[in-house]
Amino acid sequence: MKLRPDQEIICQWIQPGSRILDLGCGDGTLLRHMMDHHQVEGYGLELDDHNVLSSIENGINVIQSDLDRGLSDYFDSDSFDYVIMSLTLQAMNYPDQLLDEMLRVGKQGIITFPNFGHWRNRLQLLLGGKMPVNRNLPNSWYNTPNIHLCTVDDFETLCAQKGIRILERTVVDRQHREPALLKLAPNLLGEVALYRFERLPYG
Amino acid sequence: MPEQIPQDSIGLVTPQTLHFDQPLELECSTVLPGYTLIYETYGSLNEDASNAVLICHALSGNHHAAGYHSMEDKKPGWWDTAIGPGKTIDTNRFFVVVPNNLGGCNGSTGPTSTNPESGRPYGPDFPFVTVQDWVVSQARLADALGIHQWAAVVGGSLGGMQTLQWSITYPERLRHALIIAAAPKLTAQNIAFNEVARQAIRTDPEFHEGRYIEHNVLPERGLRLARMLGHITYLSDESMGAKFGRELREGHLNYDYGVEFQVESYLRYQADRFVGQFDANTYLLMTKALDYFDPAAAHGDNLSAALSRVSAQFCVLSFTSDWRFSPNRSREMVRALLDNDLKVSYAEITANQGHDAFLMKIPHYLNLFGSYMKRITVGGETS
Repeated sequence: MKLRPDQEIICQWIQPGSRILDLGCGDGTLLRHMMDHHQVEGYGLELDDHNVLSSIENGINVIQSDLDRGLSDYFDSDSFDYVIMSLTLQAMNYPDQLLDEMLRVGKQGIITFPNFGHWRNRLQLLLGGKMPVNRNLPNSWYNTPNIHLCTVDDFETLCAQKGIRILERTVVDRQHREPALLKLAPNLLGEVALYRFERLPYG
Repeated sequence: MPEQIPQDSIGLVTPQTLHFDQPLELECSTVLPGYTLIYETYGSLNEDASNAVLICHALSGNHHAAGYHSMEDKKPGWWDTAIGPGKTIDTNRFFVVVPNNLGGCNGSTGPTSTNPESGRPYGPDFPFVTVQDWVVSQARLADALGIHQWAAVVGGSLGGMQTLQWSITYPERLRHALIIAAAPKLTAQNIAFNEVARQAIRTDPEFHEGRYIEHNVLPERGLRLARMLGHITYLSDESMGAKFGRELREGHLNYDYGVEFQVESYLRYQADRFVGQFDANTYLLMTKALDYFDPAAAHGDNLSAALSRVSAQFCVLSFTSDWRFSPNRSREMVRALLDNDLKVSYAEITANQGHDAFLMKIPHYLNLFGSYMKRITVGGETS
């Protein structure tokens, strides 16, 4: 079970021994890794049958559920230290509501998503006149699960509107490296964006 | 008849019986002075008795869950799809124990047994038994077999309710609980179905206030109706449509009340089979046990509070087309387990077979179930 580079960064961000909820946990690789190496406890939520089976095989606590139904079926407020959602936000029907839900049940949220503002996407649309199809976005417009793509700037605008404080941001390139250049123009050069955030205190 | 026993079958099995002299005080306050449980076991108990799995049966189930009693048997035990060497509940790893519930009609003490006080069959005098009573009686069986802690307790439907009750009554006596197609209590609709079934039996002219055995008759019509009604609720509209549609048995309408549609033929066949092998008083008792089950009731209808002492790990499975014990009911249990920070996995299996899906050979279901069983560690194995 090898971690994706964005998952490796997530592991660096979390405090060992925390309680984690992984939304769209896939085959459970990330949670399994964090349980084995970072002493975390937690649950994975996953909709896909095949992934639910793999998660059970991986020995994690997986709850088969549709994230678009929200989290209120199962979780009280402030149940987790971190609620993680990696490369799943863009496939949600109501990503803005899910962000609220993440910060209702968790103290902090961690999100990763493919940055639609990456120069290659812009170029494909500008010069080719077609919806981008590439490594991070492999599907055609008509069969993509990614119905709510956003850019780094879009995401940060939404966070600002919602009173969400961004604690950490990283954008990585094709090799999931984070060269200095990326920091200068993350929305143009970052292929995958990673955020750790919390709700601003009310008032 | 199995011309030859299939490779993955546990093979020929023989039920065992155990008599308990210790009186059992039931939830209804009646004391059963002594009782017998009939049960089957598959596989062998390991040295530290850490590989025992209890199977709890549903309404019309019994102790014969796997294998064959003789080469003349047409069918294997009721859960042979899931129990056997190399199967979902792998008898090469686990020692599987399947008792027939108290109040049953397959060899455990029940309404057809002789009441020691009167010398007549208990009939309607057999006391009301509850899920909790069954669990206590099963715990005594575990004691007798030298099993202090089950590796897992497993049950579907009413069996799932017993599994949940096990985790509440004896939290330290099971490590894993697998609850399949079950509910934390019946809905009004479910109780209503049970009541219609009971009325069908109790209003049969041959019921004789439950003393039909002494009259040498059986309330066949009532039991047939109860079973037909039950069967309709165990299937789904979709699966009945796929299986029978509007197909006619003779290809044309006869304009009479004989069997015209295939679905009528099926229901009558199921009813026929049932009447010969199941006791009407047992049916009444089992449906009552279903109706009464509600562990949250003693905790202000708060299921999470009812589970506060539970320590087992859970696997909860439901089926999308099950409208008798719908996925929503399983989600209620999952929610209450999560409220208590318990380890739980839950899967909602897409299947059109309705409630009965839990007994069927559905690959994804058996894969999930089997993968969870593989996670259960037992002594003497290197992980």
